[in-house]
Amino acid sequence: MTMADPVDGRFGDFGGMYVPETLVPACQELDAAFREAWADPSFRAELDELQANYTGRPSPLTECRNLSAELGCRVLLKREDLNHTGSHKINNVLGQALLARRMGKTRLVAETGAGQHGVATATAAALFGMECVVYMGAVDIERQKLNVFRMQLLGTEVRSAESGSKTLKDAVNEAMRYWVAAVENTHYCLGSVMGPHPYPWMVREFHRVIGEEASAQCAALLDGGTPDVVAACVGGGSNAIGIFSGFADTNAELVGVEPAGGAAVGRAVPGIVHGSQSYLMQDEWGQVLEAESISAGLDYPGIGPEHSHLAKIGRARYEPVTDDEVVAGFQLLARTEGIIPALESAHVIAWLTKAREELQGKTVLVNLSGRGDKDVAQMMDIIG
Amino acid sequence: MIGAFEAALRARRDAGGKCLVPYVTGGLGTDWVETLQAVAAAGADAIEIGVPFSDPVMDGPTIQAANDLALEQGATPVSILDAVRNADIGVPTAVMTYGNIAYRIGWERFAHSLADSGVSGCILPDIPLEEIGPWTEAADAAGIETILLAAPTGSDERLARVCERSHGFVYGVGLLGITGVRTELAESAMIIARRLKEITDKPVLVGVGIGTPEQAVEVSAVSDGVVVGSAVVQRMLDKAGPEGVAELVGTFRAALDAI
Repeated sequence: MTMADPVDGRFGDFGGMYVPETLVPACQELDAAFREAWADPSFRAELDELQANYTGRPSPLTECRNLSAELGCRVLLKREDLNHTGSHKINNVLGQALLARRMGKTRLVAETGAGQHGVATATAAALFGMECVVYMGAVDIERQKLNVFRMQLLGTEVRSAESGSKTLKDAVNEAMRYWVAAVENTHYCLGSVMGPHPYPWMVREFHRVIGEEASAQCAALLDGGTPDVVAACVGGGSNAIGIFSGFADTNAELVGVEPAGGAAVGRAVPGIVHGSQSYLMQDEWGQVLEAESISAGLDYPGIGPEHSHLAKIGRARYEPVTDDEVVAGFQLLARTEGIIPALESAHVIAWLTKAREELQGKTVLVNLSGRGDKDVAQMMDIIG
Repeated sequence: MIGAFEAALRARRDAGGKCLVPYVTGGLGTDWVETLQAVAAAGADAIEIGVPFSDPVMDGPTIQAANDLALEQGATPVSILDAVRNADIGVPTAVMTYGNIAYRIGWERFAHSLADSGVSGCILPDIPLEEIGPWTEAADAAGIETILLAAPTGSDERLARVCERSHGFVYGVGLLGITGVRTELAESAMIIARRLKEITDKPVLVGVGIGTPEQAVEVSAVSDGVVVGSAVVQRMLDKAGPEGVAELVGTFRAALDAI
């Protein structure tokens, strides 16, 4: 199996558990608790019930006739944007919240970039009656005011990360610092396939549902076939891992789309930060560089370790797109299909346009990871 | 093998004293090397030299601020080690930094550059037992003492393994949290000191949350001494100069000597 379970917490050369000593027992406890829960049919049944009746799964597969005609390839969208809370993030959060409750934890702490993971975590905390603290970079708080208010409405305390670049990477630092101090009763609800083991694996397993559904939906639509290309945007990389997991053992080409200003795989220099060893944007001395992206959700200098592994073994490739291309992609999907994508997901639309020549005549499955409501105010300023 | 860092601490302990290891941020300001020398003269048994990292998850606001400032001022691992190599500090030193700084340079090259600079030990707080192997292999070969942290959350079995693998001293984490001065000594500081003293003959020093001479004295009733970080670095941020920082270290020394 191409995307097998990690061995000793690693996917090939990447992954591991690089956390302060204080957190090691908590990570090990989480690993054991997840293994036990994931093998327990009653845990699976409870999660499945929530995903069906709370999240609204399965999410549809939408054939984009107008966009396909314009681009000359057949575009299918996996509609994670239609999930409750507006993105794929809820899949992982419901799983982790159920697990946290099972472990007797009473509080969740999370980081957020665009606010989608923060909103999803705040939602799960409200649903399960747990306390919730979300760290968000000061810069992101400014550009995603709506999601900040949404989290507060759900009863979550939003704390501003004022250090460093004041974006997602710094929110992760603050959430980890908080967890070091509150580890006894708090679960760190990490929002992507990154961080120390078991997170990259556990979060993948909670998002595997995207790929499983899409695989069955594509088979039904394509007479048992698979798409030629499966593409998703990548920051930490959770939505991409989710959809890739359904196609890793097919002939489909897997493409992760990175923001040009946050292309960790594009630079391909390994490093250690936020709990794992993976490709990382850094200077010659190992200082982590600040990513720059129009999308707060992809504004991250690292990438999940399994993506580094998939890149290294050549199973997936990672392509950069610029902010300007993303703005055009955002408008293109709105105009042709009546779907306003999240800026993160608009990266994939941008890549379809950029790669249209190589995609002629092919069937491309795009994971539309989130909806664009949260980005409308920002785009008003940009597009005018 | 007992290295220079551990030897200095053992000597203090064997003489009936308590060990004092201040932490100084490398590359902060223009007089940080003089600060090292002044701190040594004020009675430090050994010194931790912080090599700044952009994302220090174990550190609180004081050390973060010092890190950021030093990086802005152009500090790099090489500039710091070069300065240390050319200075006569007077006591053994250990570098405290994060894993990626050593990993980027290369485990072996980093270990050798420490040894070449006369640094005795190294602390990498985000590289726990499970991941420390590649580093300790390089460090052991270069004669660098790898100091490991022992946390209140560790099981007895885990603490024993930490003590076994740690060289220089065993760094007891005084509380559940990140570095920084607290108003009171956490109960967990006494507990971790007691748990470690029961299982190891290596020097046991408690750090994280030790900000006043009174707290240092209190925990040293059980531990072999203390690491003092944020309180020292705050003095540096306040531009107290080498004398000002040394004065603070002197108050810790005097308090510990009065036990």
